[in-house]
Amino acid sequence: MAETPRLELIGITKAYPGVVANNNVSLKVMPGEIHALLGENGAGKSTLVKFIYGVQKADTGRMLWEGEEVRPANPNAARKLGIGMVFQHFSLFDAMTVEENISLGISPELTKGDLAGRIREVSAQYGLPLDPDRYVHTLSVGERQRIEVVRCLLQDPQLLIMDEPTSVLTPQEVEELFKTLRRLSEEGVSILYISHKLEEIKALCHTATIMRMGEVVVECIPENETARSMAEMMMGENLVSPERAERHTDGQVKLELSNLNVVSAHQHGTELKNINLQLRAGEVLGVAGIAGNGQRELMEVLTGEVLLDEPASIRIDRVSAGRMDPIARRGAGVGLIPEERLGHGAVPEMSLWENAFLSGATRMGLQKNGFIQVAASNAFAEKVVDEFRVKTTGVSHAANSLSGGNLQKFIVGREIMQNPGVIVALQPTWGVDAGSAAAIRQALIDLASRGAAVLAVSQDLEELFEISDRIAVICEGRMSEARPVENVTVEEIGLLMAGIGLEGEPADAA
Amino acid sequence: MSVDWLIPAILTIVTAATPLVFAAVGETVVEKAGVLNLGVEGMMIMGAIAAFATAVSTGSGFLAVIAGAGAGLLLALIFGVLTVYFQSNQVATGLALTIFGLGLSALIGHSYVGKTFEGLAKLDIPGLSDIPVIGPLIFGHDGLVYFSVISVIIVAWFLNRTRAGLLVRAVGENHDAAHSIGYSVTLVRMGAILFGGAMAGVGGAYLSVAYTPLWVENMTAGRGWIALALVVFASWKPWRGFLGAYLFGGITIIQLYAQGMGVEVSAQFLSMLPYLATILVLVVISRDSAKARVNAPACLGKNFHVSV
Repeated sequence: MAETPRLELIGITKAYPGVVANNNVSLKVMPGEIHALLGENGAGKSTLVKFIYGVQKADTGRMLWEGEEVRPANPNAARKLGIGMVFQHFSLFDAMTVEENISLGISPELTKGDLAGRIREVSAQYGLPLDPDRYVHTLSVGERQRIEVVRCLLQDPQLLIMDEPTSVLTPQEVEELFKTLRRLSEEGVSILYISHKLEEIKALCHTATIMRMGEVVVECIPENETARSMAEMMMGENLVSPERAERHTDGQVKLELSNLNVVSAHQHGTELKNINLQLRAGEVLGVAGIAGNGQRELMEVLTGEVLLDEPASIRIDRVSAGRMDPIARRGAGVGLIPEERLGHGAVPEMSLWENAFLSGATRMGLQKNGFIQVAASNAFAEKVVDEFRVKTTGVSHAANSLSGGNLQKFIVGREIMQNPGVIVALQPTWGVDAGSAAAIRQALIDLASRGAAVLAVSQDLEELFEISDRIAVICEGRMSEARPVENVTVEEIGLLMAGIGLEGEPADAA
Repeated sequence: MSVDWLIPAILTIVTAATPLVFAAVGETVVEKAGVLNLGVEGMMIMGAIAAFATAVSTGSGFLAVIAGAGAGLLLALIFGVLTVYFQSNQVATGLALTIFGLGLSALIGHSYVGKTFEGLAKLDIPGLSDIPVIGPLIFGHDGLVYFSVISVIIVAWFLNRTRAGLLVRAVGENHDAAHSIGYSVTLVRMGAILFGGAMAGVGGAYLSVAYTPLWVENMTAGRGWIALALVVFASWKPWRGFLGAYLFGGITIIQLYAQGMGVEVSAQFLSMLPYLATILVLVVISRDSAKARVNAPACLGKNFHVSV
């Protein structure tokens, strides 16, 4: 090819104390190419893109932009070159409006004039509905991501880096996004696409670079590979799909929601309307839905972060639990895996063993007469790290020092190892690599096989179909009847998620 | 007859409130940038002595105020270097700054005890200032009073309407995000800290060259702490801070008059009133906890360092 690559990296090496994040990494992205960057959590993808985007400096190596050597000193310089980035961990300011957030992330010249109008325009054009005046803290994760995408698109980038952009989108939203990305690609924009969803990469990307342990292992054409073969190249070993043992789904009711009505505590939140659900021992019940349709509110009342006026709306083992706080619920045998790892799932600044103690204190007997059993807590945390293959050098490290996927494995492991009777998980594998996601799913299935009741709320339909016995859909605060997974198709669920055909729903009581 | 009593009272209220307005508005910007500087008292007192010393030696009120601002700024610079560059704990450093300022000002001020300065000139616009009642109330103050009001207007406009102000709020809200987008958290914070120091210095200067034009050791008498409390109770809004400062100043003066007139309430209780009333009013106007949470800078008091 005579064409000059838009971006070329040659021999990038970056070492942190104790770990080489990137070792002699080289990469080429052509104009208009959609290039996938694949690898497990901790393979060094984030470090590499941070270098391209000017957030970090490499120890050695060169970066060529349109054939010219560049060294973006900071993200502003990278943006000037025409590089845009959608972060995995959003760089958003909760107490500010969508417009203010976008204004901060683009060059000053672009903020002049009717920015709100242009936000509406771009978001409508690309099917990413956004209200510029809303405050970020009132938005769901999916909505927050749209801000990041729109922020990039406003700058007409030449290279768009997307760090797991679809992990929180519905199949329909993903299709819309792909249309956008393909159009951008036809317009000559290069896209560096990081994702764990190998089927998506097959559908979207022209080429893929696969990384493992900080090194490029291979380059391939995703179209010619299978998801399994790519996963195995990432892991360097064979992938084991979750196995479903024969289960009895007619066990006793462990968790029951009856006529659950909740007014959201959040501005622009979703009101839960008359939700009825029975979760039985030994089954996995999947709840599908587009972010912002009441999942957060549902999770809050299930965890006990929000208490109900009517205690009998939630019953755990036939005991009214609507007014039990989270500690009481854990005591009653409920395991909780919230959506936000940092802040809800774990205290970011505290060590892993302290986080293990906070959740497992009662059920694992980690406290005695008001004192922390330090040795036992450490042992418990270490066991979680071992069993769930959490990549960390010790349980005394702070939770926020782990990568997202690793921390998620730790949190899921911590809850599962307490052997709960009921486990409630919201987006259990969000941002987790294929191998780890498979492990988490397997763990949830195994837990159900041992007689626990599992409620998994997720946007990832593939995941729900893989693990669930029954699937229900939540849309605008209402929940459809849970149906056996054999009797529904992905298309039907997708339509329900979009709010089409909630037949058999009781009419709004109000 | 009552008007004769009222006008001087109101004029005194204005002079009592003005130092608080300066310090509180400055600290609002500092805290909006995510920095908690508990050294306001120390910066005020250094501003006070620097201004008074300059006033006595040069006779110029203008130079005195500049000197006050400079002294506050210098102290803030120490705080900024320690907390922003050397990552020292903000609370401890701020407390140390206050103790340091009180001690150093007493040392410097030793030879100025008993000296006098005629005070800042009052605005005097022929015709306007002579209008009964309105004249002295609106046109009868010294220049700093007007400057304090203007500074509130400017800071409110800056924080809410300008891109630079948005950046200050962004840094205070989520310094990691601001950094990853590509802003210099360090520079923004240093700027805010220095501005806050200069404003606290001017507030101190107002005490020693306008309010009571003389030097007394420890003459700020806790006003720095009041300013800090005002910022929080005003939910980091400049105009509420302004209101709080006047409320506090007002009740301070009124209870003094009340004591002077021999009201049948114990003096201790009357002295408590300004504190109680200010806190009560500001708590009531900021009672919406959801809104208060949004206004509070999420990174307040947290040091920023580039992780990994």
